Amino acid sequence: MKLAKSYFADQRKDDLKELGQGLQRSDVPGHVTGKTSYFADRHFPGMLYLKMVRSPHDHARIRKIDTSEAEKHPGVARVITHKDVPHNVYTILILIQVGPEDEQVLAEDKVRWKGEAVVAVLADSQRAAEEAAAKVKIDYEVLPAVLDIEEALKPGAPLVNEYHGQNYYMYDSGASRKVRFGDVEKGFAEADHILEQTYFSSPIEQAPTETTGCIVTPDGNDRFTCYTNTQAMFFTLDNTSIILQMPGHKLHMVGGTVGGGFGGKVDVTVEPIAILAAKLTGRPVSFIYSRHEEMQISSPRAAEKIVLKDGVMNDGRIVARQVWGYTDAGAYSRHSPYGAQKGAAHYPGPYTIPNVWVDTWCVYTNRTPSSAMRGFGVTIADFALEVQMDKLARLIGMDPLEFRFINAYRDGDMKAHRQETTGAALIECMQEASRLADWPVAEKYLQMSSYKGS
Amino acid sequence: MAKVPVQFTLNGEEKAEFVDSGATLLKVVRDKLGDTSPKSGCNQGTCGACSVLVDGELRLSCLTLAETCEGAHIVTTGGLAKDGVLHPLQRAFMDEFAAQCGFCTPGMIMAAKALLDRTPDPSRDEVVEALSGNICRCTGYEPIIRAVLTAARANSQNAA
Repeated sequence: MKLAKSYFADQRKDDLKELGQGLQRSDVPGHVTGKTSYFADRHFPGMLYLKMVRSPHDHARIRKIDTSEAEKHPGVARVITHKDVPHNVYTILILIQVGPEDEQVLAEDKVRWKGEAVVAVLADSQRAAEEAAAKVKIDYEVLPAVLDIEEALKPGAPLVNEYHGQNYYMYDSGASRKVRFGDVEKGFAEADHILEQTYFSSPIEQAPTETTGCIVTPDGNDRFTCYTNTQAMFFTLDNTSIILQMPGHKLHMVGGTVGGGFGGKVDVTVEPIAILAAKLTGRPVSFIYSRHEEMQISSPRAAEKIVLKDGVMNDGRIVARQVWGYTDAGAYSRHSPYGAQKGAAHYPGPYTIPNVWVDTWCVYTNRTPSSAMRGFGVTIADFALEVQMDKLARLIGMDPLEFRFINAYRDGDMKAHRQETTGAALIECMQEASRLADWPVAEKYLQMSSYKGS
Repeated sequence: MAKVPVQFTLNGEEKAEFVDSGATLLKVVRDKLGDTSPKSGCNQGTCGACSVLVDGELRLSCLTLAETCEGAHIVTTGGLAKDGVLHPLQRAFMDEFAAQCGFCTPGMIMAAKALLDRTPDPSRDEVVEALSGNICRCTGYEPIIRAVLTAARANSQNAA
């Protein structure tokens, strides 16, 4: 790798000599010797294994939960239902006042997705826990399910989540996050061409090699140590504190080493119930997702539907962009109201467009709750935007890279969400990409700079 | 539950345990013997994170019953370094940036060792084939393949 030092040389005080040098990771000696300690690399005498009984239905009312046979199964120490959870309805982002609380830790009256947690069974061995879990009887009244964004937003669609009251998140700005910049209708009226395209994506599982889980030990003084592979220690600590109505100083959370996360370990799904189990039984508790649970239960990247409408001139300038973005949150908010909002700010992409109109929606369906994954909210947006850029370039018969030079944002440009562009380097990146990929562009583009006036 | 006696060596040390009938080698090595270098990534024989050597053969310890290992010699990544000196594979994985989260690494190293023990100078294709039962979600595999080839070269130079 070589560092192109000619770019922005006047902004740099040092000589950036670290780039191109090898540097050993501080944690790699532990990895290659097998000494790195992951949360599951510990075993305690008397440890109980937690097996979760989950909904087999996408959407159903719970008529009755009968745990009597499971409780009698040999090796079972305790069965936990919603009645045992001190504050059973939560939402992760309540910590930053993004409510309402919309998700039951253990389902009480309804299940809203196939896989929702209903009853936790604790036994001396994994095998006994699984056998006993199979003996929990839950009487369901199956309800019509909503399984995609378009169905969810149809008038008269079944209501997924009563805590919201409609199948989308209500922002303070209304039913969607909105960006309004310039006059998009005037832009379309002036445009030489208009292109409207719809893009869809499916949920994507993060698939870490180490599954989600935690091991909890009671410290004997109503304090608990929780070894966890969470990627979001303070979300976990604070939400556990709310759910269990326990002050944070009673919760000793130990983390830091994660066997792959990619966003999939940002939600708070195992720690509150495992700590509650340790509190109720006085014994160490292990709650580790099976591979099946990791693939089916842990929250994936959201499915999205993105409608892009662009007005473009024959000389290559994009003069108007209108966007309708829809994020499939699944049955509960988790981090999706934030993801959809992030998309609203992002949609013009790294391009300067004088007239922009964006609405992004966070939509509820009876699917696995979606959440964080590697740039969620903007990654699929970028896919759609850049495919659209190629299509626009083809539409006006222009080279797709030169088309991007014409529209690239530069220092001083005002972005649609009213942040002034500073430190832009898109033009310089494209100049290097043009050389490296042997994709020639006209000389005038190689003379451009992200600085204005040059 | 009835216990079964089993004796084997783990990284050269003699071990004797009473294990649950049906207990996997993975569970016994980790929970009873305290060597947590083999990992449980899927517990169904598909990810390779639990790979160990049993009498020199690469085995998935999550699908191997401990009671079938009577008298066997078991080697894990946890026992590879001798007197604080790393095995060439461990050194090469460090130098080639072949580990990120590290969870698949002990299994990868076992699969690579099984290959180099029988084929000291493998082709790139042979390395790819040997690692094909081990899933890594972070690195994209290329640094791991490079590390195994680097270790093979280091071995042959030491031998020469």
